[in-house]
Amino acid sequence: MNIVLIALLVLGATGLLAAVLLYVIARQFRVEEDPRIDQVAEALPGANCGGCGFAGCRALAEACVKAETLDGLLCPVGGAATMEKVATILGKEAVVGEPMVAVVRCNGTCEARPRTSVFDGSRSCKIMNACYVGESACPFGCLGCGDCVAACQFDAIHMNPETGLPEVDDEKCTSCGKCVKACPRHIIELRKKGPKSRRIFVKCVNKDKGAPARKACLNACIGCGKCQKECNFEAITVENNLAYIDWQKCRLCRKCEAACPTGAIHAINFPPRKPVEPVEKPAESEPKKEEDQA
Amino acid sequence: MDKLIVSPAPHAHSGDSVRRNMLLVIAALLPAYAVSIAAFGWGALITTAISVAACVLCEWVIAKFVLKQQSTIGDLSAVLTGLLLAFNLPSNLPWWIVLIGAVVAIGVGKMSFGGLGQNIFNPALVGRVFLLISFPAQMTTWPLPQGFNGSYVDAATGATPLAAMKEVVKGNASAVNKLPELWDTFIGLIGGSFGEVCAAALIFGGLLLICTRVITWHIPVSILATVALFSWIATPAGMEPHMFISYELLTGGLLLGAFFMATDYVTSPMTPWGKIIFGIGIGLIVMVIRIWGSYPEGMSFAILIMNACVPLLNKIRPKRFGEKKK
Amino acid sequence: MNTFRIGGVHPQDNKVYSANKAIIDCPLPKQAIIPLVQHIGAPAVPVVEKGDKVRAGQLIAKAGGFVSANVHSPFSGVISKIDSTVDAWGIRVPAIFIDVEGDLWLDEIDTTPALVRSGILEPKEIIDRVMAAGIVGLGGACFPTHVKLMPPPGKKAEVLIVNGVECEPYLTCDHQLMLEHGEEILVGIQLLMRALDIKRAIIGIEKNKPDAIAYMQKLAGRVLGVSVKPLNLKYPQGGEKQLIDACIGRQVPSGALPIEVGAVVDNVATVYAVYEAVLKHKPLVERVITVTGKNVAKPGNYRVRFGTPLSDVVALAGGVPEDTGKIIGGGPMMGRAMNNIDMPANKRVSGLLFMPQEESRRVAPENCIRCAKCVSSCPMGLEPYLLARQAELEMWEGMEAHNIMDCIECGCCTFTCPSHRPLLDYVRMGKATVGGIIRSRQAAK
Repeated sequence: MNIVLIALLVLGATGLLAAVLLYVIARQFRVEEDPRIDQVAEALPGANCGGCGFAGCRALAEACVKAETLDGLLCPVGGAATMEKVATILGKEAVVGEPMVAVVRCNGTCEARPRTSVFDGSRSCKIMNACYVGESACPFGCLGCGDCVAACQFDAIHMNPETGLPEVDDEKCTSCGKCVKACPRHIIELRKKGPKSRRIFVKCVNKDKGAPARKACLNACIGCGKCQKECNFEAITVENNLAYIDWQKCRLCRKCEAACPTGAIHAINFPPRKPVEPVEKPAESEPKKEEDQA
Repeated sequence: MDKLIVSPAPHAHSGDSVRRNMLLVIAALLPAYAVSIAAFGWGALITTAISVAACVLCEWVIAKFVLKQQSTIGDLSAVLTGLLLAFNLPSNLPWWIVLIGAVVAIGVGKMSFGGLGQNIFNPALVGRVFLLISFPAQMTTWPLPQGFNGSYVDAATGATPLAAMKEVVKGNASAVNKLPELWDTFIGLIGGSFGEVCAAALIFGGLLLICTRVITWHIPVSILATVALFSWIATPAGMEPHMFISYELLTGGLLLGAFFMATDYVTSPMTPWGKIIFGIGIGLIVMVIRIWGSYPEGMSFAILIMNACVPLLNKIRPKRFGEKKK
Repeated sequence: MNTFRIGGVHPQDNKVYSANKAIIDCPLPKQAIIPLVQHIGAPAVPVVEKGDKVRAGQLIAKAGGFVSANVHSPFSGVISKIDSTVDAWGIRVPAIFIDVEGDLWLDEIDTTPALVRSGILEPKEIIDRVMAAGIVGLGGACFPTHVKLMPPPGKKAEVLIVNGVECEPYLTCDHQLMLEHGEEILVGIQLLMRALDIKRAIIGIEKNKPDAIAYMQKLAGRVLGVSVKPLNLKYPQGGEKQLIDACIGRQVPSGALPIEVGAVVDNVATVYAVYEAVLKHKPLVERVITVTGKNVAKPGNYRVRFGTPLSDVVALAGGVPEDTGKIIGGGPMMGRAMNNIDMPANKRVSGLLFMPQEESRRVAPENCIRCAKCVSSCPMGLEPYLLARQAELEMWEGMEAHNIMDCIECGCCTFTCPSHRPLLDYVRMGKATVGGIIRSRQAAK
């Protein structure tokens, strides 16, 4: 009996002592913090993805509390809704940006872009890019090792085994920009999500002249400039043999898509074009002409 | 000609492999094993067979059904674990205890961490210490070497030299007479875990490993030097220092541990100085347990304790090129 | 001590295929493509235009900065265009295309094999001629040689170390060059000693080339201050820092250049080029390359003018072997695997190695067993297992703290790893990334 008592006493005393110590230390070393930081952090998604440009959600919360206005502070994951909440907590005005999405700008599918060698190093785009041109002859296109897939924390980007290219899941993508940074060839770009996810973009980043670009990949942009002439809104620029559609100017008219001889311009999530059906056929036959010229 | 293969340099390889290293360690254990079979007969054979088979099977099952990864039994590391575990057991241990030891060694000691290369503690020793704590009686009844003449199940048993040493250390100088001849400990005519009895074969195997560059000299030398120095200082009354040092070095699991267990790649430090400190640590702990502890032998505990320090010891950097001495 | 002190490995040297094969001149091509980037540093700037007639040895592109090198025409002919070409790694590089007409050299260039002994030349004159001739280190790094000959103020060279080690397996071009042009190399050494104003030179040669050691020793015996140091076989002995350690027992501190310990290192082929440039006025327009491999029909050492398609050289050596799996520009340890052989010969490529199919594939990696063989083989005293892991996890600060920038990418770690882990793949990637971070940090300051 005695032993049990002693054990209880000793353990109890130790526990008590520890509790007192903890309490004293917690009091002594407490860091005064704006309580709103906690509230804001609570409102944020808590994925710590870094898409906002800060080290994590808490860092963004601190920045939000400290900043004069919420201008330039955006949680790409939560989007407008989250920033609205943050704004109400802080009594500041929310600055709402356009919802964005990651876009893969390479259409060098296994079919269109013949593989010319076998890479036998570590399966990492960064390593392959430092080693050589990659398994195809295109020095600009997707390397296909999936560094972007590994970088994504939201399971929003996946390799399509058929095309050998990554595909973004619009629903899951939070436009945090991790994949953009992970791609050593800068293929992925954040673009406006567009109404009903409709958007038009050049699915190629090849800056070679027409002939070598075409030789490396059938789907390459050859920098012919037809799309530029077609565009009524000056949204398209052709530089270094490569067309680029400025998503801030693009009005989604789809004229450029029809004009592109190589099918490098993609318009997605549009309803199928019924009246334009006859136009599509010449668009398809045009690449052959282009080839003859080349 | 097919498509050319492109990969980053280097394009040559030494031809070394995990399997080769494991095979060499197993080969280096064979001389000691031969002596053990001669000394303990069927016991040594049966214990090893059960231990190795159980280890390999256990690894295969866990890799296939639990971790769902490619089976790694081909690299022979499970065979080596089984062999080392068996070496650390008395030869007349009941078969089911050996089985439990093997399952704990592979299941808990290795695969629970994720397989080869991930474990913190030497799997064979995890198995052994588990048995030592769970079945202290069986684990410390040492059969005497009788060759194939003795019965496997109830062999004549006797004390190990280390138990006698303990008595000497405790002040009973007359226990010196219980010690076997030094020469017998050297060639293996003593009781003990069946793999550790023949000092000569173990030293031969260890030198073989150092010569084939499977292991480096740092760990064994630092362990043996520490033990020798410690026992020289702590020589008890009634014994000549050189005799005491010799017995401490040649008996128990010291040589087996120093050459084959402490040098386990996965659980030893990476840098030369890390290895030396690791070895010194093991030597000190062994001697502390042998002299002041309640167990006669402390090699298993010493290695396991130092295994836990390895992540810390890996912070010691190798000497960088062009680094100036401070 | 006859080798460097830290780490190193012993790959099979495989030099037997092309060793002691006399240097063969490769015939002139019909069209030549001269890349403008054949060195470390800024690309050279063309000084000729389309349609210009050029003679062999004429300057066609001048250095684009201090760390850059002149490019000369190796042939006489007409410039057909100034455009770009795809190199052996599929990357587009600017280049000058020449329709080759013949082998008419500029008048002042002496192309006879007669040995010219050193006249009395001022150091400045020697350096100027080296610079004008576009000489770069021919051991592999292609660092412009004139930069090495002009130590920064306050630093003084004490000893010239001539690299005749050729520690890369398979390659034999430097070995053969020493045997055939030993006398010229000796004169070149004297020129460099004069340019650097030093009294001592050491020629480091590994002991697997006893004939070269004996021959160079015989020649060096006649020259005051020059000695030959036979070295034990160990890779990467030809690495600049390792060679200095092996020859004079001094270790270049982390991040410093060899001049910090008073050493200047030049490859034997570079020294030969210096001799030709200074005393024969012949710019660097050709080099000896080794074409070799287990199944190559006529492995050997070929003297190739820059701009000649590598496929011409390969044809001379008996064509691409049937079962080739991998073609390596350089040796198997540090050479880069190529994805075509249409690229023109240039200052960078020291050899062509054809690996048979069965040796080309890597073995699948297993778990790291923490055997520490990478640590003990690293010649820079680094911890490759840790660096590779950190690179995989993108822990760049940690890598910097563990001296990643000291890595010389020699490949000993991957070579020695029993688990066949591609350590250097990740270490190299990490080094490039950390290098970028350090540069941008310095730029921000």
